[in-house]
Amino acid sequence: MIRKGTLLIFTVGTCLIFIFQLISLQLFNSDYSELSENNAIEKRPVYPNRGLIYDRNGVLLVANQPVYDLMVVPENIEAFDTLELINGLAISKDELLTQLKKAKQFSYKLPSVIIRQVSKENRAMFQEKMWKYPGFYFQKKLVRDYVVPIASNLLGYTSEVNPSEVSAKNNYALGEMIGRQGIEKSYENSLRGTKGATFYQKDRFNRIIGPYQDGVYDTEPESSEDITLTIDALLQQYGEALLQNKRGGIVAIEPSTGEVLALVTAPSYNPNVLVGRQRSENFSHLVNDTVAKPLFDRALQAEYSPGSPFKTLNALIGLQENIITSNTRFQCNQGHYYAKNAFMKCHCAMGSSNDLIKGIYNSCNTYFAKTYLGLIQKAPTPGEGLDRWRVHLEKFGLGNYLGYDLPIGKKGFIPNSSYYDRWYPKGRWGGTTIISNAIGQGEILTTPIQMANFTATIANRGYFIKPHFKKSFSQKEKDSLFSKNYTLVEPRHFETVIEGMHQVVEKGTARIARIKDIEVCGKTGTVENFIRLNNKKTQLTDHSIFVAFAPKDNPKIAITVFIENGYWGGRWAAPIASLMIEQYLTKTVKRKWLENKMLEGSLMDEYAKPLSGKPFVINE
Amino acid sequence: MNNKLVFRLDWMSIMLYIILVVFGMINIYSTRFSDSTLAFWDLGSPVGKQFWIFVLCLSSLPIVLFIKSNFFEHLSYFFYGLSIVSLIGLFVFGQTISGATSWYLIGGFSLQPSEFAKITTTMVIASNLSSIQTDIKKKNHLFRILFLIALPMLLIILQPDAGSAIVFMGLFFVLIREGLDLRVLYLFIALMVIFTLTLLFGPIFISAGGLLVLFFIYLLIKRAAPKTKKLPFLISFGICVLFSYSVNFIFNSVFEQRHRDRFNVILGLETDTRGIGYNINQSKIAIGSGGFLGKGFLNGTQTKGDFVPEQDTDYIFSTIGEEWGFIGSSLLVILFTILISRIIYRAEKHTSTYSRVFSHGFASILFIHFFVNIGMTLGLVPTVGIPLPFISNGGSSLLAFSFMLFIYLNFDANRLNE
Repeated sequence: MIRKGTLLIFTVGTCLIFIFQLISLQLFNSDYSELSENNAIEKRPVYPNRGLIYDRNGVLLVANQPVYDLMVVPENIEAFDTLELINGLAISKDELLTQLKKAKQFSYKLPSVIIRQVSKENRAMFQEKMWKYPGFYFQKKLVRDYVVPIASNLLGYTSEVNPSEVSAKNNYALGEMIGRQGIEKSYENSLRGTKGATFYQKDRFNRIIGPYQDGVYDTEPESSEDITLTIDALLQQYGEALLQNKRGGIVAIEPSTGEVLALVTAPSYNPNVLVGRQRSENFSHLVNDTVAKPLFDRALQAEYSPGSPFKTLNALIGLQENIITSNTRFQCNQGHYYAKNAFMKCHCAMGSSNDLIKGIYNSCNTYFAKTYLGLIQKAPTPGEGLDRWRVHLEKFGLGNYLGYDLPIGKKGFIPNSSYYDRWYPKGRWGGTTIISNAIGQGEILTTPIQMANFTATIANRGYFIKPHFKKSFSQKEKDSLFSKNYTLVEPRHFETVIEGMHQVVEKGTARIARIKDIEVCGKTGTVENFIRLNNKKTQLTDHSIFVAFAPKDNPKIAITVFIENGYWGGRWAAPIASLMIEQYLTKTVKRKWLENKMLEGSLMDEYAKPLSGKPFVINE
Repeated sequence: MNNKLVFRLDWMSIMLYIILVVFGMINIYSTRFSDSTLAFWDLGSPVGKQFWIFVLCLSSLPIVLFIKSNFFEHLSYFFYGLSIVSLIGLFVFGQTISGATSWYLIGGFSLQPSEFAKITTTMVIASNLSSIQTDIKKKNHLFRILFLIALPMLLIILQPDAGSAIVFMGLFFVLIREGLDLRVLYLFIALMVIFTLTLLFGPIFISAGGLLVLFFIYLLIKRAAPKTKKLPFLISFGICVLFSYSVNFIFNSVFEQRHRDRFNVILGLETDTRGIGYNINQSKIAIGSGGFLGKGFLNGTQTKGDFVPEQDTDYIFSTIGEEWGFIGSSLLVILFTILISRIIYRAEKHTSTYSRVFSHGFASILFIHFFVNIGMTLGLVPTVGIPLPFISNGGSSLLAFSFMLFIYLNFDANRLNE
């Protein structure tokens, strides 16, 4: 019986063992199913082309351009002409050999990059010789193309995501591009679109052998969104030209909409240097320039004392708080004693008697010092007076972020009572202590875009719309995002101040800013500034500031120009602002002599002074 | 009782045969499927060759069936001799494919004589054992039989194709059936267990464990039969220890690394899934990923990706496991079990020793293929490259197994004429 049954027992026993093993592999072990999906199916992302960027008039600013990486699959390489390859593609022999070695170490069967972003010319020359180089091929990739090389500061740039970003954000993979700074960062999601996926069947060497299941699991990429900016490309370009060889910023806003027409910072850089093979080298040059700081957006990030343009705000607050009326007059004798032994100088002639309008167009320090003193002293305590004043300024968008749609900015600074209480405890401060605030010096700090914004508020006679850079919002979005932010100053008070600003250009400190047939309103500023040089507070040549809007009625443009160490307001800032206004409103500039003077003028010698290590003279 | 042959045929085996071959072709088609796949009857495609060989087999079935049974019996030694000559001839005229000189190349077809040697060796053993003079209990008779088995084995090992040679070990079951001392069977089983355990745990543990087990068996038997001697147990223990240590020695000093690796992977002593364990691991992944219902015909991702090597031949069961799931693969295992059991069952009905031994030998060889091949793809048996009968791609294998089946059918149908 045992003899007859042996084979049968073995057969049935084997059958049971096999079925048992099949049960354990197929029914109770999900590991194997997942493993299969990992090693046999590859999910490859499909990218929509990154969204294009246009200016407000439909001029294409940023497009995409193909670049080509030279790839290699080591197992397919045959003997090739090394010399021709290294000459044709401008690569050193060592580099080629290192890259080839790396590629082989990575995989014989999978492609590796040999040369990133081969130039168009080299590729065109080399393309027809490619048949001589089996194993090598060009792979297309899209990078940014700055068609009009302007506005690098506000456009930002793109680069590959780094590993920490990949782990922090769940929808990015290594090698993908991400927007950095500016519009590229703010509107990353719109510009990027949503990537799709294609599933491929792989073989055991990880090579793709075809679509998986004829693509039933594939997802289409969602196309990216093109963005239209509020920027006027011509104006932006003109502004950048005017600021060459100077340091500073220009911000131009359309008051009625809050749309930013130009945002210039100088020095800047050509956005195309941050594309292509030299990207990282160029980037470190920009980062390491700690003197000129080309990556520092002066229009958004530089906090300066606002200087005299700030007087217009104090005037408005004074009017609203009934400290002064449009007819109030103050005496000025080349300045005045605001306290015992404390004299504030002014350039008014001896014995001047200024009303508000004259106070503005002559930029009379005395007038606004007295107004400001009134503001502080009329209140029950100086602290309450100061805080009341601060609330007014906050309504003009000062002392905090404006909330525009770019990722960088500064708050600026408007002091409040507790700030001074810390410096002068037990109420040991009063209006005279902080008198510098009256004329936009002292503790106040504003950024150029904040100044442009309050200029737009004056132009609008009492409200502003949050400045922004993207134009292509739907009406619904516009209504919710861009409501009118009213100040606490009644509209009627604005007319006096605006008339004063008009007179600044007509017969005051900025007559150079006059434009034929256009009523320009403006206010110059000349800001004292100090740096710490060899541990000593050192005064530098004054900054040149001009804020303006035009036309006087129904304003189309409000502008701030800030030129570092530009001597005085009327010397650089006012002419540049005036040229910008003329350019924007008439599309041509007739005052060629002024234009040439501004374009060719340079302040580089001025900037070199504190670095020279020798004693220097300021405001010469 | 001279009914028509048709009614006496073992139709069940024929049905199983057709099902297995067709199922095999479906899976060969799947492993080789790509956009450029030719029609299944095209000779240029692997499945096409298999298809036409199948047609050839089916059309030769009536011829084989009508041959008188004793034709095979009388010509056993002739066929055996022919086989041996063809195996020797390989060393002169053979074609070397992937390292083994196992094929003749005749007009575009490659023929593997070792596949046919299985038939002829079974025939010659059957002929030998059915001879009245032969007594397997006599040593010289046993050695003669063992020599007849060993000769083709040796020639095949020299090709070298150790896998195909192992198949002849299946004839061991025939010898057991025909009266080989049963202690050989027990010894064989015991040694296999010791072998495996030695590799797993080392000889010292086995020596200690063997001592303990034998001591308890001795005590148990002593209680039933007080006169039991200690000597046989001591000798057994000695053999056990000696074998364990020699396994250890052979394994570590005689085997080449690749042999060692195969055992180590099976026993779970190595888990290198990219290197030596790659084949088995990929095969298990493919089968495991099939789940209960499988991924469906032509939808096996592992199969399409060629992750498992030799997928249309030795590893075809992994494709079946992946694409047909637990349902398909366990059904195939059951079909094989039924076929082998059926042949064993029918074999026992023979009055003619020759027919019985041949049929039993056929079942044994089928079993060895079944056990080693599927066991290998499931990761239960070391990697040995032999095909799955009727299923795997390969003309010689299909031809040889078909003819062996037909001869079995012939004997079975003519049982009452013997």
